[in-house]
Amino acid sequence: MNSIESSHVPLVIRDLNVAYQTKVVVWDADFDAPPGKLVAIVGPNGAGKSTMLKAALGLIPIASGSVRFFGLPYEKARHRVAYVPQRETVDWDFPVSAVDVVAMGLYRRLGWCLPVRRKELDQARAALAKVGLSDYASRQISQLSGGQQQRVFLARALAQDADLYLMDEPFASVDAATERAIVDVLRELRSRGKTAVCVHHDLPTVPEYFDHVALLNMRVVSQGPVDKTFTAENLRKTYGARLTLLEEAAQAVERARVSAQHRATL
Amino acid sequence: MNWTELDTWIVITGVLVCLACALPGAFLMLNRQSMLGDGISHAVLPGLAIAFLLTHSRDILPMVVGAVVAGVLTAVLTQAVQRFGQVESGAALGVVFCGLFATGLILIRVASDRVDLDADCVLYGSIETAVVDVARVPRVALISGGLFLVNALLTVLFYKELRLAAFDPALATTLGFNADAIRLGLTLVASVTTVLAFESVGSILVIAMLVVPAATASLLTSNLSRLLVTAMLFAAASAVLGHIGAITLPGFAGRLLGHPGLGATSSAAMMAVTAGILFLLVWVFSMWRDSHGRPQRSTPT
Repeated sequence: MNSIESSHVPLVIRDLNVAYQTKVVVWDADFDAPPGKLVAIVGPNGAGKSTMLKAALGLIPIASGSVRFFGLPYEKARHRVAYVPQRETVDWDFPVSAVDVVAMGLYRRLGWCLPVRRKELDQARAALAKVGLSDYASRQISQLSGGQQQRVFLARALAQDADLYLMDEPFASVDAATERAIVDVLRELRSRGKTAVCVHHDLPTVPEYFDHVALLNMRVVSQGPVDKTFTAENLRKTYGARLTLLEEAAQAVERARVSAQHRATL
Repeated sequence: MNWTELDTWIVITGVLVCLACALPGAFLMLNRQSMLGDGISHAVLPGLAIAFLLTHSRDILPMVVGAVVAGVLTAVLTQAVQRFGQVESGAALGVVFCGLFATGLILIRVASDRVDLDADCVLYGSIETAVVDVARVPRVALISGGLFLVNALLTVLFYKELRLAAFDPALATTLGFNADAIRLGLTLVASVTTVLAFESVGSILVIAMLVVPAATASLLTSNLSRLLVTAMLFAAASAVLGHIGAITLPGFAGRLLGHPGLGATSSAAMMAVTAGILFLLVWVFSMWRDSHGRPQRSTPT
């Protein structure tokens, strides 16, 4: 385990407890996001995955525990962290265009009261180009498909130019082209030494898309490199004995083993 | 139609009040809090009563302070009821403002034994008598003008922050723009606007202007700055057409119905009715436009 103060570790969570009124949602969670890795947080519905991210960012109050970003409290590390909320949390009928939404990622650097200028809009357009949405910049956001909306959110995070990206279910109900685009962006981020932590639902793709995985069910059941941690045994501990999920997991583990062998033979 | 200097001042005041309300109203709508204006306009009653009971004066300053405190309390309590009582936001607002309004009525009954603090006056205001003034520029015109200027300035200064907090409060907060604080600030502005405006024009016009021009504009555009300008145009048009309607229509209707004695009706109410009629016309227009294959406002693909 990393020391909580070490400044090269993007995110360290220790003994985190979060409760909604009297219902405990996250219980004594310990979590580390190693630098330069793509990390998945997986677990059953209601396991507290999104809650853990939101609590770490100070969006919901924590009952106890500590959170450090690059060794600092969030307020001091804000400029190095980008957050992508779940797509459904915002109103997509809101009167803004795609480029306006992406430019929101630049507001912190602008500061209070200063208006968005041509420079910010150009940066926002560049970010949209990276997710393949150059032609959609001035579209009103309700005229975009679900996948395109998710890519707008991703572009906004890219515009923030952070070192750590926290994404809440970026792959939830998106089309194949968007899934591809997100994976490409994640890998490009990793190649530049950035870290991304994604809440993820689709177990079979975990070994393909991510380097590290944290299995969460109220507490962190297990975490570490995918090939060591993403095992049938750990998944059973996380998900309980639900048959279909376990079958899915077993297939995923098998696929991971095969692809690891494949890589080893290359 | 017999247009006098009084009519000019009524229209000027009406336009300024309507403009001042339309701006925060648009952002309340985007925050899905449109009815907060309605809630505030009722919930300020105990604030007015308590301010009066404490200071024994009806000066504008203690009244405004009392009303603003009550207005902000409405917003905060509504959020608390919603979060901890786990009820839907409209129901939470209803619970809070009815409770506060009823408390206000009781307090006013208590206070009215000693002085004339008239609930009717608070609720319905009267733009016609308010502009009758000894000064060259009526006080209500000055107040409305100041209110509009302040609201316009705040909208320009905090346009980006208001938009961010309304669209994505989670992102706003992680970026260091505390969304709760920004929304509370908007509530504060809405409270002050409501209080100052309904002193002159009554609460119906205030509620109407917080909600209707923004709703009308949102039928026509999906660009926020254009929406604000359009809402202001509809607000101003409602004020002008409303007053003209108020002084002409009753006479016209009276002649039609054979009661030539009918005089002018309440201008403030007519302005609110006009806003509603304009909304209806625009709504019909937008349906007609959408059915004729013109580019639609929102089509999820």
